Amino acid sequence: MMQGFKILNPYIIQIITIKEKTVYTLIYTCCLGLLCLVAEILNLRKLLIPVILAGLAAIFCVNYMDWQHVGPIMIGGMDMAHMMQVDQFTVAFNGLLIGAAALLFTLSADFYKDEQHHLSDYLAILIFILTGAMVLTSFANLIMLFLGIEIVSISLYIMAGSRKFDIRSNEAGFKYFLMGSFASAILLFGITLIYGSSGSFELSKISEFAASSGMNSPMFLVGALLMVAAFLFKVAAVPFHFWSPDVYEGSPSLVTTMMATLVKVSFFAAFYRLMSGGLLGIHDYTNDILVIVAAATMIVGNLIALSQENFKRLLAYSGISHAGYMLLAILSLKSDSSSALFFYGAAYVLATIGAFAVAIPVFKATGKETIDAFDGLGRKKPFLAAMLTMSMLSLAGIPPLAGFLGKYYIFSEAIKNGYAILTVLAVLASIVGVYYYFKVILAMYTKQGDDTEIKPTLLYTIVMLVCVGLSLLLGVWPGGLMGIL
Amino acid sequence: MEQAAHLVPLNWYLFLSTFLFCIGVMGVLFRRNAIIILMCIELMLNSVNLLLVAFSAYSGNSDGQVFVFFIMVVAAAEVAVGLALLISIYRNIGSTDIDVLNKLKW
Repeated sequence: MMQGFKILNPYIIQIITIKEKTVYTLIYTCCLGLLCLVAEILNLRKLLIPVILAGLAAIFCVNYMDWQHVGPIMIGGMDMAHMMQVDQFTVAFNGLLIGAAALLFTLSADFYKDEQHHLSDYLAILIFILTGAMVLTSFANLIMLFLGIEIVSISLYIMAGSRKFDIRSNEAGFKYFLMGSFASAILLFGITLIYGSSGSFELSKISEFAASSGMNSPMFLVGALLMVAAFLFKVAAVPFHFWSPDVYEGSPSLVTTMMATLVKVSFFAAFYRLMSGGLLGIHDYTNDILVIVAAATMIVGNLIALSQENFKRLLAYSGISHAGYMLLAILSLKSDSSSALFFYGAAYVLATIGAFAVAIPVFKATGKETIDAFDGLGRKKPFLAAMLTMSMLSLAGIPPLAGFLGKYYIFSEAIKNGYAILTVLAVLASIVGVYYYFKVILAMYTKQGDDTEIKPTLLYTIVMLVCVGLSLLLGVWPGGLMGIL
Repeated sequence: MEQAAHLVPLNWYLFLSTFLFCIGVMGVLFRRNAIIILMCIELMLNSVNLLLVAFSAYSGNSDGQVFVFFIMVVAAAEVAVGLALLISIYRNIGSTDIDVLNKLKW
């Protein structure tokens, strides 16, 4: 025992005293997830959510400290730069993901009130989703990319199907599972072909290969296309979007919120990282396809959303159209569009979590998830109605909210890169989008509802206020987030 | 071992894997039984494994073989979750035909 300790000792000291850039954010998040599972054994469920929130705050600080010294990761003196790379992009997106997770965990306290038996399992899986999302923002190797995607996806399959006796939840989980693992297999085939042609999984080497001879290697191009297709699956862009409305509708509302916000943004961060860090050399080739996909995503997402009656389906199609706008940032790699993507992601996350923070208590009280659940909310609960209105306006992109500036930044990046026609299309599509967001607002203010009592608890109110407050703040003071990347 | 592998040109492995992968894709798209679809996804993953090992052996770079282990582990986890979901569906509706999964439609 002592002997073993002596051998290990130098490594332990190295790990502890290492001054170089680290992945502590990721390691601590993992530990928090394990802590949740241990809390189940020790019967400490009551304390769980405050502990998680405190832990997330601490992880946020650790993540913030990485900002000062970004660079290759060293663990125990070993250079891990070929596996993960923490840069400013990573730190900024990690901060956003941790913030979104903190809001979601605040919601989960009341959401899982009636399911205390499974509380720590659910929370642990939600934290593991955050862990996977953090891997996705910092990968420098396709192996890590694959692992990150799978950590997120497999955890989400479980969470989507977590209402065991609700057939709709089962169906959502299983559909998501089939579609997700199909997409993962396609991703893997793409990775393999890229490995076969470039001889490496490392992003930097792939990038070199793409720049020098990527266009002359059909195998590399097919591999890149398959990877792009798999990502389009994961972010629900149009030819591959069909799973998302079904899954969003059937999953428990909190899980839907997580899929629509945290997971979608992390997949976009990974997509951006892959395209800018690895496949930049064949950018012209992939862009021809992505332009068509982005246009189709914006048009189809917005048009089908017009006819939706179910609120969660509506937000699913809204999420599809927002994926179309975010694809514009992925197209605009010639100028550095990462800050536009980051700002858009933040605005989208805040607005969507704000909308769900109002919708979840309304669904719970009325027992339905359609838009007419909101009928007459403006008269019954003016505060709730105002909060939902603000979130919807931010999603629709109406100034002075953050959603407007997010769209503005993304569109101006796209114009800078010469996608003027696509941008005009995007503006037209977002005008169509205003109609269905107003459908919800009109239901609240003009229709007569029954008098079901709706009582949002304190935590829901806090989340709503934080989301709407930050949306407003970012809308009038974008420099707070826009300048940092 | 090295010699034997090189008797077969690399392209053959590529064609075989692509062929197996396509069989898997067709199975996922056209079969209606959930368990067969699961098997087809496994087939897709294993064709990828075969190709990775072939590339790895031909380029003398062992990264690909290490990746195969990652894929196997992840595939096992994926199937465990998938079968659990399938069991809970079977308990609720007594069928593994995915056409029965039509509660969520507009």
